[in-house]
Amino acid sequence: MTTASMEAHIKDPDFVLRIDNLESFYGPIMAIRGVSLVVPEGRVVTVLGANGAGKSTLMKTISGVMDPQKGKIIYRGTNITGMAPERVVRAGIVHIPEGREVFPLLSLEDNLAMGAFTRSDGAKAVQEDLDMVFSYFPILKDRRHQQAGTLSGGQQQMLAIARGLMSRPKLMLLDEPSLGLSPLLVREILTIIRRLNREQGVTMLLVEQNAKAALDVADYGYVMDLGRIVIDGTAETLKRSKDVQEFYLGVQTDSQRGQKRWKQKKTWR
Amino acid sequence: MDILQLLVSGLANGCIYGLIALGFVLIYKATEAINFAQGDMMMLGAFITLGLTNTGYMDLPFWIAVPLAIALMGVFGYLLDLIVIRRMFGEAQIAVVILTIALGFVMRFAAGTIFGHEPQSLETPYAGQDLRFGGVVLGVDEAVVVIATVALTVVLFLFFNRTKLGVAMQASSQNQLAAYYMGIPVRRVQSLIWGLAGVTATIAGVLYASKGSIDPSAGLLGIKAFAAAVIGGMGSLPGALLGGIIVGVIEPFASRYVAAGYSQIAPYLLLFLVLVFRPHGILAQVHRKKV
Ligand SMILES: Nc1ncnc2c1ncn2[C@@H]1O[C@H](COP(=O)(O)OP(=O)(O)OP(=O)(O)O)[C@@H](O)[C@H]1O
Ligand SMILES: [Mg+2]
Repeated sequence: MTTASMEAHIKDPDFVLRIDNLESFYGPIMAIRGVSLVVPEGRVVTVLGANGAGKSTLMKTISGVMDPQKGKIIYRGTNITGMAPERVVRAGIVHIPEGREVFPLLSLEDNLAMGAFTRSDGAKAVQEDLDMVFSYFPILKDRRHQQAGTLSGGQQQMLAIARGLMSRPKLMLLDEPSLGLSPLLVREILTIIRRLNREQGVTMLLVEQNAKAALDVADYGYVMDLGRIVIDGTAETLKRSKDVQEFYLGVQTDSQRGQKRWKQKKTWR
Repeated sequence: MDILQLLVSGLANGCIYGLIALGFVLIYKATEAINFAQGDMMMLGAFITLGLTNTGYMDLPFWIAVPLAIALMGVFGYLLDLIVIRRMFGEAQIAVVILTIALGFVMRFAAGTIFGHEPQSLETPYAGQDLRFGGVVLGVDEAVVVIATVALTVVLFLFFNRTKLGVAMQASSQNQLAAYYMGIPVRRVQSLIWGLAGVTATIAGVLYASKGSIDPSAGLLGIKAFAAAVIGGMGSLPGALLGGIIVGVIEPFASRYVAAGYSQIAPYLLLFLVLVFRPHGILAQVHRKKV
């Protein structure tokens, strides 16, 4: 352990993840502009923000798919900044990417097996986790021989989460799991995420555009805008904050909604 | 009877085309590059085996020389990707293609320098032996080609579907980004696929050299195998074998029944027809390509 990481370890005994002043680029485009945040052990932390705020870039930088130009990522006292994705997965962080990204021609079962690719703790342990995963997503069990590409969008999202769980993560990075799902399914998926957090002890970093749904399951939230964190607070505080709702979450407050209804009336023939 | 023999010799040739085509498809699926040195890797594998086993060279027993050559070419393919091809990462596809064409020239030149340009035959324990079924005479060499191809197909099928590494190879070629997210070392997997292409090329080379002879320009056969791969559907392993067999079987019949000179174009005519009427090949795996 380096001195720096030791120091971090002593300072953040119960932070699973601590990010300091992170900067990431796509060529000349700076997508992350000095982001700092912490994720406490055993919690659900959400990162909210509009399109293009840099949420996915943040996730990719944590999981090692992208290297940051500046800043530090400390995971359980170890500096993992710029570490290769396979080492990050082995260390216990799994990234469930935006848009599911299943292996379309592999069976669902083989997709799950690929989730366990980095594991070397034996077939028995993997089988136990497979049973665990199927207990959360029974629908996947019925379809385990089906090609993943033929699943519905919601089922693919469940598979993506299940596949991530197969790596036995301590920290799960979930990038917009609700994208394109029906409101009912959004609720179901987020409930399962909360249960996985409570029952399996997986700490969650949840990126969402569906702010209301995310704040319902999260303990703490950060709001990103143009590559920066602009507001943070407990989920309760953020939910109540009118600023957050109007300016960053696109949630309509009562007055706005009233106005909209009035406008609709006006244009009604 | 005559037709049966034409069929068998076509089948044997077709298996060899199919095995080379397999190499094209393996690399294409994994890296989206086309390795035009695949035929030359076949030639090189054959010459390495020949160098290990023929009298006058190293004189090792055939059944030791073959696995040794396979292993050497596996390592060669792996290192070729690791040291040369990977440096082209991010370059245009055409640059990689030209590089592989150049590599083919280098291999041909190297083989010519070491082994000379005269055709040589690989000494096998079964050379010149025949099998007789009633009136039908089959060369053992041709039977070995077919049996070895079937065996290799079964082994590859089991490898790709039942082993973790095999499934990971499929996964990496279907969705490279997701493979990274799952902690699959994608780069190493790609190098291993180049290694596997070296292995299949060597097996094809041994079979080819054992039923005829081999010279440094034998790798030009790769063009025909490439046509076979396209006919079968560039993204499909079974398609590659099928395409190879179709091309192999068409050839002897074309040269028997079509005027000389025209018969040679039969495989390419077929390629043309397939591209026009079934542009993704016979056994195409149609799925949307991820970036
Ligand atoms: N591959 C890329 N190449 C260049 N620029 C990119 C790339 N991916 C993202 N960007 C840019 O980086 C910025 C942040 O993108 P990012 O995907 O992180 O946003 P996001 O918050 O995840 O948005 P969304 O909610 O739409 O998923 C955007 O301005 C985007 O245009
Ligand atoms: Mg995003």
